[in-house]
Amino acid sequence: MDFYNIIFFLFALITIVSAFIVVTSRNIIYSGFSLLFTFFGVAGIYVLLGSDFIAVVQIMVYVGGILILILFGVMLTNKIVDVEIRTGASHMLPAAIGVGILFGALTAVMVFTGWKSEPGLVPQTTTVDIGKLLITDYVLIFELLAMLLLVALIGAATIARREKE
Amino acid sequence: MSILEIIVISLIKILLVVIVMLTTVAYLVYFERKISAWAQNRIGPNRVGFHGLLQPFADVFKLLLKEDIVPDAANRPLHTLAPFIALFVSFATYAVIPFGPSVNIFGYDIKLVVADVNIGILYVLALTSLGVYGITFAGWSSGSKYSLLGGVRSSAQMISYEVSMGFSIAGVLLLSESLRPIDIVNAQHGWMWNAIVQPIGFITFVVSAFAETNRLPFDLPEAEPELVGGYHTEYSSFKFAGFFLAEYANMIIASCLIVTLYLGGWQNPLVDISGLTGTVATLLYVASFLFKVAFMLFFFIWVRWSIPRFRYDQLMNLGWKVMFPLALVNIIWVAALIMIFNL
Repeated sequence: MDFYNIIFFLFALITIVSAFIVVTSRNIIYSGFSLLFTFFGVAGIYVLLGSDFIAVVQIMVYVGGILILILFGVMLTNKIVDVEIRTGASHMLPAAIGVGILFGALTAVMVFTGWKSEPGLVPQTTTVDIGKLLITDYVLIFELLAMLLLVALIGAATIARREKE
Repeated sequence: MSILEIIVISLIKILLVVIVMLTTVAYLVYFERKISAWAQNRIGPNRVGFHGLLQPFADVFKLLLKEDIVPDAANRPLHTLAPFIALFVSFATYAVIPFGPSVNIFGYDIKLVVADVNIGILYVLALTSLGVYGITFAGWSSGSKYSLLGGVRSSAQMISYEVSMGFSIAGVLLLSESLRPIDIVNAQHGWMWNAIVQPIGFITFVVSAFAETNRLPFDLPEAEPELVGGYHTEYSSFKFAGFFLAEYANMIIASCLIVTLYLGGWQNPLVDISGLTGTVATLLYVASFLFKVAFMLFFFIWVRWSIPRFRYDQLMNLGWKVMFPLALVNIIWVAALIMIFNL
């Protein structure tokens, strides 16, 4: 096992263990906190795959934005009604079946797909190429996504304002 | 260079940066007190050592010798973890900031930056967004209303100003066409400093940097009249020292970023003209970097003792209705410059 593999398994371990805690922890704040490590583990694997840009964006968007929102929601609502929010893990069987099917399907796809593998070096930096592709080939999708985010923003602002009437 | 050599060189650089950072933080506190004394027509600390020069050490030992009190209502693990997150973030950010041109020591070509990452600026932004966690956890885990309010305010403030900060940086990236800090410094050759080319972006970035470091006039997270001490109300001893250290380390980071992005980094046109080369020139470049950072630090302290605190709604209005549109205007301005002058 070489250096690269050791690091890969380290990140994989961090991701899986913290994801396990996210699901099983009884305290929702701890769940949110270990979700932080899940995102980090995934970012580490991205770095290992040579996609530096995606790795950093993963941290910026998920850790810096989404997770903070989740924690905010939990922290501000946790103690309002004197009942601590607990995550209930009551649907073990259906969840196990669903996850099992998903896992089987993903493994099947992984095994039976004829992956395109090119004997090339890992690119030094991916940022330039991603930028060019976003502005040329995928410009329509890029703009549509921007519109979608704008709509979401306006929607959020409208809902937040309604109370003033 | 073999892997061993790279590791050794990196370790030396890290050690150097950490030592310089820690001493700077210690003396920054001293200078803050001296400058505040000067601004308020007082004398300031002058008892410990010559002109109070040993005051920082006295402060540090005092903090370390105090009893560490954790409130009963606190969530112990997170309460302990929060100051470490804050410290980690402020020190890790320094890794990508170049403080001089490449030098040749013992036949090795060494870049004067700890990690030359080609997405350095994004790395800085990602770590800044992590900084919110230290404050949020500190506020929540203390189990006190004042801490929670301080933490929530601070997070809202940091998230809001991150937006205009990111958009101001976009203007810099348009000109340098790279996310690598060294390229950004090189793109500001001569007097083409970004502060001169895009003054609006410079202003929005500096204001956002003040907000991100929670310094006056944006220090609402610890507004004493309303919140006792804000998110670190329930902290004492070493953990309080951690937050204290992180705040000043963040100031240094912010100054270094402002210098790197807008004030030409380590470049100094006067040294270019003088025709000096070799070691002397390198030393002068590093000295110019340190001088610019020192000036920005003085500016931070100067502003703190000159301007009163904003009200919360004023802060949010300024962030979203003034700084954000200005940062957008700056992007258009830079894009127009590039179109017209083919920069």
